[in-house]
Amino acid sequence: MELPLYLIPLFPLAGFLLNGLLIGRLHKRIISLIACGSVGLSFIYGVKFFVDLISLPEQSRVIENIVFTWIPSGHFHVNIAFLLDPLSAVMVLVVAGVSFIIHIYSIGYMHDDKGYGRYFAYLNLFVFSMLILVLADNYLLMFVGWEGVGLCSYLLIGFWFEKKSAADAGKKAFIFNRVGDFGFLLGLFIIFWQIGSLDFIAVFEKAPTMFVAGGGLITAATLLLFVGATGKSAQIPLYVWLPDAMEGPTPVSALIHAATMVTAGVYMIARSNVLYMMAPVSLAVVAIVGIATALLAATIALAQNDIKRVLAYSTISQLGYMFVACGVAAFAAGIFHLMTHAFFKALLFLGSGSVIHALAGQQDMRYMGGLKRAMPITFPTFLIATLAIAGIPGLSGFFSKDEILWKSFSSDYGSIWLWAIALLTACLTAFYMFRLVFLTFYGEGRMDVRTREHMHESPKVMTIPLTILAILAVIGGYVGIPHVLGGDNRFEKFLEPVMHGRYHPSGEEAHALASSGYGASTEMLLMAVSVVLIIIFIYLAYHFYLKNTAAAGKLRDRFSGVHKIIYGKYFVDELYGALIVRPIVNGSLFLWKIFDVLIIDGLINGMATVIGDISTGLRPAQSGVLRTYATIFLVGVVVVIGYLLVK
Amino acid sequence: MVPIPHFLILSALLFATGTAGVIISRNLIIMFMSIELMLNAGNLAIIAFSRMNNVVDGHVFVFLILTVAAAEAAVGLAIIIMIFRNKESINADKFSLLKR
Repeated sequence: MELPLYLIPLFPLAGFLLNGLLIGRLHKRIISLIACGSVGLSFIYGVKFFVDLISLPEQSRVIENIVFTWIPSGHFHVNIAFLLDPLSAVMVLVVAGVSFIIHIYSIGYMHDDKGYGRYFAYLNLFVFSMLILVLADNYLLMFVGWEGVGLCSYLLIGFWFEKKSAADAGKKAFIFNRVGDFGFLLGLFIIFWQIGSLDFIAVFEKAPTMFVAGGGLITAATLLLFVGATGKSAQIPLYVWLPDAMEGPTPVSALIHAATMVTAGVYMIARSNVLYMMAPVSLAVVAIVGIATALLAATIALAQNDIKRVLAYSTISQLGYMFVACGVAAFAAGIFHLMTHAFFKALLFLGSGSVIHALAGQQDMRYMGGLKRAMPITFPTFLIATLAIAGIPGLSGFFSKDEILWKSFSSDYGSIWLWAIALLTACLTAFYMFRLVFLTFYGEGRMDVRTREHMHESPKVMTIPLTILAILAVIGGYVGIPHVLGGDNRFEKFLEPVMHGRYHPSGEEAHALASSGYGASTEMLLMAVSVVLIIIFIYLAYHFYLKNTAAAGKLRDRFSGVHKIIYGKYFVDELYGALIVRPIVNGSLFLWKIFDVLIIDGLINGMATVIGDISTGLRPAQSGVLRTYATIFLVGVVVVIGYLLVK
Repeated sequence: MVPIPHFLILSALLFATGTAGVIISRNLIIMFMSIELMLNAGNLAIIAFSRMNNVVDGHVFVFLILTVAAAEAAVGLAIIIMIFRNKESINADKFSLLKR
C-alpha cells in the first residue's frame, strides 16, 4: 500500500493537538505515551520511507507528495508538498530518532514539573515544525517550519517563565532569530523575483540559466539566505542567543539547541548547494564566518564554569565547523558532521542533565567533581561522547571532523590557513571538553555535604536513552569511512545525487575539482597530525585540571587579562548592548518622555487648558445676581439705540 | 386735547421709573411690578402714536399686549409664590444657584 509522506509530520502534530487541547486533564502516563508514541511513529515511518528510498535506483531517489495547493495567486503558486530525497531522509531520521530518544529521557527529567503536559505539547510541536522544515519541497514551506521551530525554541527556552532570566533568554533568542529570518525572507524574494518559483526542483533546475554565475544577484541571494542561517544556527554575528538559551530545560537544550534546530541553517545551505556553487564569494563568506565562529566559541568555552554553557559554546563551535564544510563546497561532509554531532552533542547535554539532576540543580563545575563512581552509566556514556567530539579515532566524531579538516585543506575552495585554524579549534575542543570531564567526574568532590548525600544515578528512563545515544555516537561515523582508511564513504555517495549530480550541470566537474590535487599520503599525514595534536591537548587538560591543579590557577593569573576577556565572552553582549540596545532604548525613551509626553500630550492638554482658562476668566460674568443682568441689559440697549441714533 | 408729546414724555418717565425699579430693587414682587410698569409705558406710547396717525391698529395691538401681560403676570406670580414656598424669601440676590 502506498502511504503518503505527510504522515511523518502528521503524528507529532496530532500529539501536540491532543496534549495541547487536553492540557491539565490527562494523567502523566498518558501524556508521555501520546508524546513519545507520536514521535516514535514518525520515526518508524521515517525508516519505512528511507527503506523505500534506497530501494529506488540511485539517480531517481526522490519521493514526492503534494498534499494540496496552498497559495494559488497568479504566477505565485505554492503547494503544501513534501519531498524525500537522500538529504531530507538523513535529516528525518536524525530529527525523529534523536527527538524520540530525548522524549523518552524527558519523561524522567521533567517528572516532577508542574508544566508536564505543556512541555510535551511544545516538544511535539517542535518535532512537527522541524519535520516540516526538512521535508518541505519549496522554500516557503521550509520557511514555515523555520519559523515554527523558532517559536518552539522561544516557548521552550522560556518554559520556566516565572524566572526572569529564562523569559529574557527566550525573548533574546526570538529577536536574534527574527533578524536572521528577515535576511532569509529577502533572499527568498530575490530567488522568486528571478526564477518565479520557490519549489526546490524548479529553482535548482532554472538557477543556472536565470542567474549569472558569480553575479551580484545570486551572491546577494545566497548571502541573505546565509544571514538567516547565522540567526538560526548561531553564527557570528547572531550567535549570542544560544548560550542564554541554556535557561530552558536540559532535554530542550539537547534537542533544539544542539541536535536539531540549530542545524537547520546547515541543512538549508546544503539544500541550496546549487545556488551556493554559483556564488564563490558567498561560499568564501560562509567558510570565513564558520571558521571565525568555531575558533571564537571554542576559546570562550575554555573559561566558562557553567557546564551547560561550555556545551553551548561547544555547539556554536561545532556548527561553525559545519559551515566551514559548506563553505568549501563539501556539503556532504557538513551534513555528516551534523549527524554525528547530533548524536554526541545530544548525549553530552543529556549527560550533563543527568549530572545536574544528581546534584539537585547545580550547574557550576567548580562545585562538582568525583562523580565517576556515583554515576556508573552517565560517566562512561559522557566519556564516549567527549572522546567522539574530541575526534579520537574510532568514534563517530573522528570521521566527520577529519572529513571536514581534509576538505578544508584539499577542496578547491579551501586553504591551508582554513585547515590550520580548524585544527587549532579541534585541539581547543579536545582541551575544554576534557577540562569539563575532569572537573565534573574526576578528582575530589567539591559539592556541599547535603548535595553529596543526595547524589545518585538517574533512573532507567534517563540512562537508557544515554546508552542508545552512546552506541550511536560510536557507530554513527562508520557510514562515512573515507577512502584513505579503506572505506568507501557511503554517506557522501548516498548524498551525491542531491549535492551535485541531479541539479548541477557541471556536477562531475565540480566533484573532480573538490577532491583533486592531493594524494592519499597527504591525507594520512594530516590525519596523523590532528590526532597527535588532539591527544597532546587532552594530556594538557589532564595536566592542568587533574594532576597539577595549581598550575591552572598560576596560568590564569599570569594571563589574567586574557582570561578576563575570554571569561567575559569577549564582551560581545556588552558591545551589542552599547551599540544597538542602548541607542534603541534611549531613542524610545526620547520618543516617550520628550516627544509623546511633552509634544503630543502637551499639544492636546494645552488646548484643553487654554479653553479652560478662558472659561474660568469669563465665569465671574455670570454672577447670578438678577440686577446685574438687568443693568448690563440696559446698558446694551442704550448702546445699541445710541449707535442707531448716531448713525 | 392733550398734545401727543405729553403722552410720550409720560410714557418715557414711566419706563424710566420701571427700569430703575428693576435695577434697584431686590424684592422680586417689586421687580415684577416694575417690569409691568415698563410694559404699560410701552403700551401708552403705542396708543399715543396710534392716535397721532388716526388709526386703530395701535389700540388693537395694546389689547393683545394686555391679554398676554395678564397671562404672563399669572405665570410670573405663580413662579414667585413657588420660590417663596421653597426658599422662604423673595430676595432676588439670594437666588444665584447657577453661579459656581
